[in-house]
Amino acid sequence: MAEPLVFHFDVDGSDFTSAGQASVQIKKSLRQLGLPSEIIRRVSIAMYEGEINMVIHANGGVADVIVTEDCVEIILKDQGPGIENVEQAMQEGFSTATSTIHSLGFGAGMGLPNMKRYSDTMEIDTVVGVGTTITMKIFLNQ
Amino acid sequence: MKIIDVKELLNAEVLCGEDMLDEEVYSACGSDMMSDVLAYVKEQGLLLTGLVNPQVIRTAEMMDMVCIVFVRAKKPSEDMVRLAERAGIVLMSTETRMYEACGNLYVNGLNGKVVRRDG
Repeated sequence: MAEPLVFHFDVDGSDFTSAGQASVQIKKSLRQLGLPSEIIRRVSIAMYEGEINMVIHANGGVADVIVTEDCVEIILKDQGPGIENVEQAMQEGFSTATSTIHSLGFGAGMGLPNMKRYSDTMEIDTVVGVGTTITMKIFLNQ
Repeated sequence: MKIIDVKELLNAEVLCGEDMLDEEVYSACGSDMMSDVLAYVKEQGLLLTGLVNPQVIRTAEMMDMVCIVFVRAKKPSEDMVRLAERAGIVLMSTETRMYEACGNLYVNGLNGKVVRRDG
């Protein structure tokens, strides 16, 4: 794999039921590339949580997945409200989601912690009122 | 434990994936919170839940789970059944409540240990 492979997705923020479609697609693509199942699972769970977050909090956004010889990089970009206190948002159990989201099985304050758990590196670049970009890397040789 | 044993122990109705009932499951997770399900890594899992929406199917798919049992007689929509068929996941519905269903499967041997990924 000489050239990096890039997958681009628009994440529709208007429909919670369709959230996760990009992650399902990435899972299939990575399987076709023959990556180890543990890596595929980590990438797809991290991206799925990110997608759900974009739909719940930011009215959607864009997702790019870049596959190189040594890593899978996931870049999730939205123009949502931003995260006021990243440290607080990273704590398990902290959530600003509504009771409607709770009734759908999410908003338990596990999204960002799960994304960190399943990735090797995670960077959050957020500006309140402007948006959030989250970059996660999962290395293939660890 | 084979999926067919799960069906019999819980007296469950199979809604899709009839051809996969001979597959083995080694561990299970009972939860209505999908983010909690996503926090645990396991192989060939079974999900018991009382939550009914398409994200239940996607969560199971992300976790490489092969079977979902809806407890308390909950039934998935046709869209959910189609999603599960496409993902190769068996769907079942049982009248048994969550606590009882988990206990029943556990004492009958489905007690695979769960590994949580840290850091």
